[in-house]
Amino acid sequence: MSETKQFLYVNRRAPYGTIYAWEALEVVLIGAAFEQDVSLAFLDDGVFQLTKGQDTAGVGMKNFSPTYSALGDYEVTKIYVEKESLEERGLTMDDLQHLTYEDEDDDWAEKDSIRLVSRAELAEIMAGQDVMFNF
Amino acid sequence: MKFTVQVNEGPYQHQASDSAFFFVKAALEKGHEIFRVFFYHDGVNNGTRLTTPPQDDRNVVTRWSALAEEHGLDLVICVAAAQRRGIVDDGEAERNGKDATNIAPGFRISGLGQLVEGAIQSDRLVVFGD
Repeated sequence: MSETKQFLYVNRRAPYGTIYAWEALEVVLIGAAFEQDVSLAFLDDGVFQLTKGQDTAGVGMKNFSPTYSALGDYEVTKIYVEKESLEERGLTMDDLQHLTYEDEDDDWAEKDSIRLVSRAELAEIMAGQDVMFNF
Repeated sequence: MKFTVQVNEGPYQHQASDSAFFFVKAALEKGHEIFRVFFYHDGVNNGTRLTTPPQDDRNVVTRWSALAEEHGLDLVICVAAAQRRGIVDDGEAERNGKDATNIAPGFRISGLGQLVEGAIQSDRLVVFGD
């Protein structure tokens, strides 16, 4: 592909009430093959997508939350979580999965993928993007 | 300007498809290029020819088909989303052993890569949905 664009996938919804979260993840996984500069943002109820210990047995749906831990292998290494959205829902970083990637520029050191950002910081990140996918 | 348009909601239930249609029509009239229209989530339901709205209402599906024919639009339905929701063309019927097809004229079924490619190749990706 001739040019690299900044892609931000914006995830705003809880994981199982609607299919948006899962089908957004499918776009991210397919899109990884296009080698763009990809970031993900989780805000509003979207922060629930990253919570650990999800159990979908009661609703009879596929638990797709383990897929997020594979994002590092797809070279998706920038995952922004909005601080205010967590706080408004009584969540902390301890409630979220520990997502990591191996940094090829730093002798494959394991690093955290999740970056906790304020609402104002996230607005700046959004302003710097070429393409935003909203889910 | 070159646009790719994404439609995320089904017809009639939600205004997204109507708004996307009028956006595409207006953009073409102003001389802009529509690289692709990509139907995702329940938006794939905009591509079934079996839709039969009441006679005094708009026909969302045939309206897209007519616009595609007039302007050579590339109307793409996501294959994974289509399989979940039962939007079927000849290839999908063959591959998945289905006894019928329902895809509307002017639409084609393809992969999510078509959406990502559209976002890369276009000046703007415009998303219609909630």
